[in-house]
Amino acid sequence: MTTKFTPDHEYIRVEGATGIVGITPYAQNALGDIVFVELPSVGKVLKKGDEAAVVESVKAASEIYAPVSGTVTEVNSALSGEPGLINTDPEAAGWIYKISIANAGELDGLLDAVAYADLTK
Amino acid sequence: MSEPVEDLKTTPLYAKHVAAGGRMVPFGGYNLPVQYNTGIMGEHKWTREHAGLFDVSHMGPSFLTLNNPSGDADADHAAVAALVEPLVCGDINGLKPGQVRYTLLLNETGGAIDDLMVARSPLFPGSLYIVVNAGTKDNDFDIIAKAAGDKAKLTRADDGALLALQGPEAVAVLDTIVPGVAELGFMTYAPFEWNGTKLIIARSGYTGEDGCEILCDASVAEAMWDALLADERVKPIGLGARDSLRLEAGLPLYGHDLDETVSPTEAGLNFAVSKRRRESADFPGAARILKEFGGELSRIRVGLFVEGAPAREGTEILDASGMVVGKVTSGGFAPSLARAIALGFVPPAHATPGTQLQVSVRGRMQPAQVTATPFVPHRYFRKAKS
Repeated sequence: MTTKFTPDHEYIRVEGATGIVGITPYAQNALGDIVFVELPSVGKVLKKGDEAAVVESVKAASEIYAPVSGTVTEVNSALSGEPGLINTDPEAAGWIYKISIANAGELDGLLDAVAYADLTK
Repeated sequence: MSEPVEDLKTTPLYAKHVAAGGRMVPFGGYNLPVQYNTGIMGEHKWTREHAGLFDVSHMGPSFLTLNNPSGDADADHAAVAALVEPLVCGDINGLKPGQVRYTLLLNETGGAIDDLMVARSPLFPGSLYIVVNAGTKDNDFDIIAKAAGDKAKLTRADDGALLALQGPEAVAVLDTIVPGVAELGFMTYAPFEWNGTKLIIARSGYTGEDGCEILCDASVAEAMWDALLADERVKPIGLGARDSLRLEAGLPLYGHDLDETVSPTEAGLNFAVSKRRRESADFPGAARILKEFGGELSRIRVGLFVEGAPAREGTEILDASGMVVGKVTSGGFAPSLARAIALGFVPPAHATPGTQLQVSVRGRMQPAQVTATPFVPHRYFRKAKS
């Protein structure tokens, strides 16, 4: 199981051909209290870099981009009732959507944990 | 994520904000905390339940004082009021000693150059205490000083610190440090002594809660900040919660809900256009504003309960049939109500509370219902009639 990161602070946890996407603890802290999450539709086809979801804090809306190309297979509907899960548990209960990875090669272009930690120093 | 920001001013409390974990952002030309470690939601709720401490030193407090007062209190007040009244729509002449009034500085077409507080000194005949907004203060002060000519002197006091303590426990806290503050009526002010320095304290604010705004010298700002925070009922509150609190209270924010095209009538601020001034039609833009009072109004500010995602500033408002009828001027999430709310402008035909409208958020329609403001009832202090 590998986790990769984008410079925009999304993570993708790779489990076989599926990636679980969310935002990093650094990102949730920077955004502050999340009050609304706009989830993608299951079946939506995304290209790497497409807007996949929107998270809203009290003050502002932030786009969440697709770290890789693929098709949305599942969304975390718990976020509709409890968007704050992204603040309290961004890497587990606060995941946003799952994507079937179209091209595993795209993962190589993302940051590993060390490079991402370096970026947010 | 922290960018170097040039030419930003700091307030006398900058070091205190940083020490308290303040996340500093540029606002109105100043470096100010958008939130502390508590976060906007927690800070907002704390203010509604206890007492929130805000640094509003970026704003523009000032004093306008007659150069040659006669010593006759009422005549001197009338003289200084006569210098300001041609600029604003409020009754300044009618202020009682110590009384604070919300009014608007208007251009010749009745648009708002700024909204501000004007108060009559409780002590000095012919002196007004005037507080304007941060982003507009240089222009406002120019306009007021020009109108005063050689008859009165405008003294800026924005080199000091202005603190706001807001919330149901705010006045009780402040009264332990500055005894006598609890005697102030809502929208009045008085000078107080504290540790040998003078404070100007007004019972007013921008949250819909009871509370005070405290003007002090920069040299005692940190000591005052510490003294207030030493009380466990007080937490520091950033600009983020200041905005969500005022939005819930239905209070307009200059530069968003008010600008040079918006009249007080359109902004739903008829209470700020005094009856005496309307009868004499002697304020800037009177022709337009009086017409609007008579019903010729093309748009009016409304409150909206928004279903789903928050509708932010600039979001289009549509009627039930999908026709664009207006725009959101302030919008966000209301922590006290756990739902999205907005202020915006629509034609009067769509402005009745209960009217079903829509907002277009990221290309999708969401229901929005017109509602009376404030969204959260004001809890200002009212003295019992004796």
